[in-house]
Amino acid sequence: MHYRKLIAMAGYKGRAQQLLKAASVNVGDRIKVEDAGRTYEGVLMPRTELGDSNHLVLKLKSGYNLGARIGTGTKISLLEKGKPPKLEVPKLEIKPDPSKPNVTIIGTGGTIASRVDYRTGAVFPAFTPEEIYSAVPELAEIANIKVVEACNVFSEHMTPELWAKIGGVIAKEINEGASGVVVAHGTDTMAYTATALSFTLKGLHRPVVLVGSQRSSDRPSSDAALNLISAVTVAGKSDIAEVCVVMHGSTEDDFCLIHRGTRVRKCHTSRRDTFMSINDIPIGMVKGRELKYFREGYKRTKPKSKVTVDGKFESKVALLKVTPGMSSSVINGILKAGDKGIVLEGTGLGHVPESLFAGIKRAVAKRVPVVMTSQCLWGRVDMKVYSTGRDLLKLGVIPGEDMLPEVAWLKLMWALAQTKDPKEVSKLMKSNLAGEITPRTRPDVFLKPAFAPTP
Amino acid sequence: MGLDYEKLGLRVGFEIHQELNTHKLFCNCPSKLRDEEAPLKVKRRLRPTQSEMGEVDRAALAEALKDKGFAYQLYPESICLVELDEEPPHPINEEALDIALEVALLLNAKPVDEVHTMRKIVIDGSNTCGFQRTALVALDGRIDTDGKSFGMPTICLEEDAARKMGEGTEYVNYRLDRLGIPLVEIATGPDFSDPETPAKAALYIGQILRATGKVKRGIGTIRQDINVSIAGGARQEIKGVQELSLISEVITREVRRQIALLEIRDELRRRRAERAEKKIINVTDVFSGTKSGVIRRMRGDGGEVLAVRLPKFAGLLGKELQPGRRLGTEFAAHARIYGKVGGIFHTDELPGYGISEEETARLKRTAGAADEDSVVFVAGDKERARAALKAVVGRANQALQGVPEETRRALTDGNTEFMRPLPGAERMYPETDIPPIPITPARLRKIKLPELPEKQRARLMERYKLSRELAERLVLSDKLEIFEKLIARTKADPTLIATTLEETLVSLRREGVKVENIQKNALAELFTRVAKGKLAKEAVPEVLRLVAQRIGVQEAVDKLGLTTFTRPDLKKLVTEVVASNRALVNERGMEAMGPLMGILMEKVRGRADGKLVHELLQRELRKVKK
Repeated sequence: MHYRKLIAMAGYKGRAQQLLKAASVNVGDRIKVEDAGRTYEGVLMPRTELGDSNHLVLKLKSGYNLGARIGTGTKISLLEKGKPPKLEVPKLEIKPDPSKPNVTIIGTGGTIASRVDYRTGAVFPAFTPEEIYSAVPELAEIANIKVVEACNVFSEHMTPELWAKIGGVIAKEINEGASGVVVAHGTDTMAYTATALSFTLKGLHRPVVLVGSQRSSDRPSSDAALNLISAVTVAGKSDIAEVCVVMHGSTEDDFCLIHRGTRVRKCHTSRRDTFMSINDIPIGMVKGRELKYFREGYKRTKPKSKVTVDGKFESKVALLKVTPGMSSSVINGILKAGDKGIVLEGTGLGHVPESLFAGIKRAVAKRVPVVMTSQCLWGRVDMKVYSTGRDLLKLGVIPGEDMLPEVAWLKLMWALAQTKDPKEVSKLMKSNLAGEITPRTRPDVFLKPAFAPTP
Repeated sequence: MGLDYEKLGLRVGFEIHQELNTHKLFCNCPSKLRDEEAPLKVKRRLRPTQSEMGEVDRAALAEALKDKGFAYQLYPESICLVELDEEPPHPINEEALDIALEVALLLNAKPVDEVHTMRKIVIDGSNTCGFQRTALVALDGRIDTDGKSFGMPTICLEEDAARKMGEGTEYVNYRLDRLGIPLVEIATGPDFSDPETPAKAALYIGQILRATGKVKRGIGTIRQDINVSIAGGARQEIKGVQELSLISEVITREVRRQIALLEIRDELRRRRAERAEKKIINVTDVFSGTKSGVIRRMRGDGGEVLAVRLPKFAGLLGKELQPGRRLGTEFAAHARIYGKVGGIFHTDELPGYGISEEETARLKRTAGAADEDSVVFVAGDKERARAALKAVVGRANQALQGVPEETRRALTDGNTEFMRPLPGAERMYPETDIPPIPITPARLRKIKLPELPEKQRARLMERYKLSRELAERLVLSDKLEIFEKLIARTKADPTLIATTLEETLVSLRREGVKVENIQKNALAELFTRVAKGKLAKEAVPEVLRLVAQRIGVQEAVDKLGLTTFTRPDLKKLVTEVVASNRALVNERGMEAMGPLMGILMEKVRGRADGKLVHELLQRELRKVKK
């Protein structure tokens, strides 16, 4: 009963709250507010977190909201008790269709679909299968949907423990017969979770698809429905036995791209087509519920196998972006804090200023592995070309090939949970475990124009 | 026509939408319309949100999704990701908010304590995000003009919609240049009871808006929506009346339409008509060998001809509601919108369109129509034809009740056309990306109110001795500010400056002179010369003609050989002219003033002040007489 929670949290503080309590007025009631010759009549609305505590929000008959200032002489009186909003979804008769795949949608805290109550203006997340079907009825034509909640946090608050927990739910659903799994996730750290799951799910033989939206689902222009329809299509119908991200492929509402979990990055703060595959092409696309594959190199689904979760991560690993003139004291601080590994986001082919050499030497001496990636994002590190690179190799820095810095960071967290032996760690870091390293750099994978024609 | 509006219970109100002269409301893009072809296009779709559809209705959603997509034209130089719904809105344009508050204060309205931006759902594609952002700024405005007092319950600040540029088979085309331009929306109450006063009130509000000097001018920058109802009829919201002169015509024609619809209702009741059923009959066979080109063309390949029976409607579909628009036209508008068909046919207009008498009879028989019934039919794609005919039945059943509440579009002749049913309660919910903005007394104190139009006019007449007409024209135009600046800078005759701005420039433009090239500094230089007696005021138009070709004032004066006569030179010229016209002077004496003045002015042509010529000529004539 999400809306009850919202109503109770009406958001009024301080004096406003006292006045409302004294007048026995609740959000949703029609009230009169009088002050210094001015009278407002309207339905009391919840107060937004962005607002101060000196105003009451009223919805007028016209539908407009306004804020009424509370002064010393403000009088509030109740005109009519409000009725709680009716948001019951009509009972849908959803009969499982044996000819359709079973797809489990796992919630992590983001909003998959939502509805707006125009009376209070509140946005209510849809969460039961009924609610999701009623918001995106097309899903029923693709798959039999089951909904499970793994956790309830904003994506920026995701932790290694939660990755393991989500992984556990995915494994359980697949082992119990789901054709595929869709993980609804906030977009901020979606790529991190996708990478984490890529390393932790062992024996994965069904599609695991992360999906989200850049425009909230309460607006008619939301990208959520197309993304969700496409994600369920990939989970239910594709033969991709990998963790991937399915999101808008362009600013238009025409297709979604299927990105490999260890290759994808959020590249724009707000655009729909924010996700890009870096240093590799996407696995394929979904257009009009049809799948199209761009490549042959991906793991295929198998009818039966068992998924296990190896969800251990060493949480004390630092990711350090190198800047000109950076001092070794930064690395000293990291070591002092007890970090067990360091990923450097170096310049160009994988360089750092000489001033960092001392710090790096100290880290390696303390058996703290140091991995080099590039802040260029595109391309591969190569530390043999210039003397600085060669010096760093001599110091014991592990070249991170064409891994994204945050992918290398996550992989190092995972590797350090497997072994403490720096040699073993180095070996793991240099081998391709989940598509995070490509042996050859394709010529067609650099930045594309923002308004490129459909691939 | 002599309608008794009081007896009819006419009630009229209107909304004025005025674009503000500042950058866009929720981003930093210029409020600039573009004429050239757009370099980029982005295609999108909108999905009705759940509550928008009321209850869950898969069929309705499926229907909505079958609808056209939207193709947005954009210009990277003047349109950003905000208009494209790819970036959250920036904080509200504070200048626009101040202008809206200024307008509110001028209209004696009470600003709200805190402004809340709302989202008003609009899914016709005119807003990329599927809603229009709008905020209530003030309440309860009231003005008195010409003895009539009327209220303006709400004054809002909102963003303008994208410009519709046409419609293809799969996409509706919109240009994003207009999307986001700040608009002030002023809504009056239903306080008017005749067709004439609303136009006057709208004109007056328009003058007040212009008095701020901060609103856009020109076609499309101010738009009116009119609400009209009569007793027993129903409220209509008529959109997009761009010309004030059309307001009373639109109202009159709407009243006629409602009267006619009520007459049709009464006639249907007299005939004991029952509700029509949405029973669609396939009549393709009737027209299998038709000679009607229209039917054949509209049916196309694989299309069908479908029909419905409208009981007791015979003869009524041809009844005129507005000049040239019949009840059938009204039905056709519904068919076009809901079925996307080109048009409808009905038995009231048969035989016709090459449809034979025999076909008509067979049609009626197949549809089970008696003589007093009408049959409406549509040729073309089966699904579309079905949707169209269902809409026709729906509209026909409304005719039994009288006048349906509708949103209608104003046509250029004053008629109106159905757009969509009037929305129920406004579909509004808070724009969570924009924090509420408190309107503090300190903020209101900082707003300087301009003079109201009648005060401005009185001041211009009093201070600058302008004629009432010139003063009025300055107040209504956008030249008042430059007028007063030019006076301060040049000390030239106010009437000359006003006439130049309001008359000379206007007639030069009509001649095709590029007056937009004439800069304020050139005007100042020109008037300074006149004020110092270095240039005759008669020469102003000729000089401006050259200045408009980007020629400097000095150069223009030289080119025209307009260096003024010195007093001695002018005196010499007068003496010469009088001497060479001795006969005339002898014959007519002082009466020769007129003809001689003509000859002299022709000769000096702008190089001397007429008043001085007159004075010198008078003296010379007196001298000669002696």
